[in-house]
Amino acid sequence: MTDIAVETRNTAAAAPEHMAWDSRARRMVMLWLPLGCFLLILLFPFYWMAITSFKPNAELYDFRAHNPFWITSPTLDHIHKLLFETAYPRWLMTTMLVAVCSTVLSLFSSTLAAYAIQRLRFRGSQYVGLAIYLAYLVPPSIQFIPLATMVYQLGLFDTPFALILTYPTFLIPFCTWLLIGYFKSIPYELEECALIDGATRLQILRRITLPLAVPGLISAGIFSFTLSWNEFIYALAFIQSSESKTVPVAILTELVTGDVYQWGALMAGSLLGSLPVAIFYSFFVDYYVSSLTGAVKE
Amino acid sequence: MSVTTAIDWTKRRADRSALARLFDWKPFLVFICLLPAVGLLMTFLTYPLGLGIFLAFTDTTIGRRGVWVGLENFEYLLSDPLWWNAVFYSVFYTAVATVLKFGLGLWLALLLNQHIPFKSLIRAIILLPWIVPTVLSAIAFWWIYDPQFSIISYVFVDVLGWRTTNIDFIGSAWPARFSLIAANVWRGIPFVAISLLAGLQTISPSLYEAALLDGSTAWQRFRFITFPMLLPILAIVMTFSIIFTFTDFQLVYAITRGGPVNSTHLLATLAFQRGIPGGQLGEGAAIAVSMIPFLVVATLFSYFALARRKWQQGEGND
Repeated sequence: MTDIAVETRNTAAAAPEHMAWDSRARRMVMLWLPLGCFLLILLFPFYWMAITSFKPNAELYDFRAHNPFWITSPTLDHIHKLLFETAYPRWLMTTMLVAVCSTVLSLFSSTLAAYAIQRLRFRGSQYVGLAIYLAYLVPPSIQFIPLATMVYQLGLFDTPFALILTYPTFLIPFCTWLLIGYFKSIPYELEECALIDGATRLQILRRITLPLAVPGLISAGIFSFTLSWNEFIYALAFIQSSESKTVPVAILTELVTGDVYQWGALMAGSLLGSLPVAIFYSFFVDYYVSSLTGAVKE
Repeated sequence: MSVTTAIDWTKRRADRSALARLFDWKPFLVFICLLPAVGLLMTFLTYPLGLGIFLAFTDTTIGRRGVWVGLENFEYLLSDPLWWNAVFYSVFYTAVATVLKFGLGLWLALLLNQHIPFKSLIRAIILLPWIVPTVLSAIAFWWIYDPQFSIISYVFVDVLGWRTTNIDFIGSAWPARFSLIAANVWRGIPFVAISLLAGLQTISPSLYEAALLDGSTAWQRFRFITFPMLLPILAIVMTFSIIFTFTDFQLVYAITRGGPVNSTHLLATLAFQRGIPGGQLGEGAAIAVSMIPFLVVATLFSYFALARRKWQQGEGND
């Protein structure tokens, strides 16, 4: 009795399993359909953003006469308005400046720190590594109020320096962590050979370790750049004047005016603000994915 | 030939200046190498952390140095319904968003782990929501959630005919709460999926082959191979995800700014509202500090709950 029950359950369980290997329809339902849904949902906001920024207002606010999923007469009005009637180019430049400077600063400091922790191996180096890792777990949301008072006292309020100096607090821990992992993968024998040949430690770092660590540096650089481009709360709290705002803050605080939202211009602004990171990312996507997954695996 | 180079080599060594020798002296070099990173982190991370905790016990406002008021800020918060509201929504937001993110993210990772064409292209596209600035995608969601011109309402009302009125996404409390969670999940899925995919790819196929030979079902293979092997990465990714979801600021600030009627305030947005535009730095700092116990508990829970299971697994296998 029980044997038969077990038997039937086994065959029932095994049957679809067997079919899974050859049935096309099943693969369609189990793989392509959900994957398609995921892609559709993940990408739809971008499509909507793009299509809104090229739609004339007449189409934008009239779904009955025009199919909202398509544009009948595309226009560059919103982008023109954005580029020539607002300080958008200025905001882009500020954001670029802040992102590049803080990336360079963090890369420089975290390369040195990672080298010291992983290669110079002083006593307690793993504790320094752990402390730097823990620093990554401190969220900016609990830091911005004290940082705002500090920035104010240092006289950096409303200057790009406020952001260039504070962004490394979340960039350095990540980059150091990533680079420690990367340095670990470089054979130590190479450095020993150089030491025997009479190279100084700094020469070793410059001539041997760094050239080998270029992929790691690129990953850390992309990560830092996108993170600082996307940063919001510090930029919102430390910058007041309209012209020195970064793109994410400026779009939200400067373009949203009054009760009538200029959705076309807002979407165009979002699209243009996303493009630099998206382009940057698309060039280095493999580095990005490997650093993301590598850092998680560490 | 080799002799001349040998002579060169000793000469250069002798010529080294005192400065060069100083830079080759290990303790000094360690100090110099750690100085920029540790200096920056100490100044702009550790010090503000302490300063924030200090400010929470003062009544500092913008432009005025505060005096020590002890626990007054916290006593006030405990009697403040808005703070309780923010605590409730922060916990709710984190719990629901994390469950959804990990459920859907794991599903997506399992889908991507199969043999599919254009795998790397799909993987690259999937990461887009994660790399695009959150505020900018949040503005897109704001537009999608528009009360009058929402595309989702259009689909439901005019295309499918399932509803007769537009959906009220962010106009009232509960729909607004769920709309924000949906936006957060949308943004978080790629990170979870790609990280878990990396974990999946490290699982040896021979385990699945062995299980297949033993006649396991798909569910059994997932339950007894995939899931336990994935736990270590799951623990790390979940710790990060919980911390950064609980302290989320951008999405809520961009889409609802805590409204309607303060129903969607997270602790971070409440701290910002009280601290920066409101000028009550002490009170804002107290709200920010009140996040710390939740973060510590969540981190310990997710880390130890999952890590201990992994350790038991290892013990059992040995």
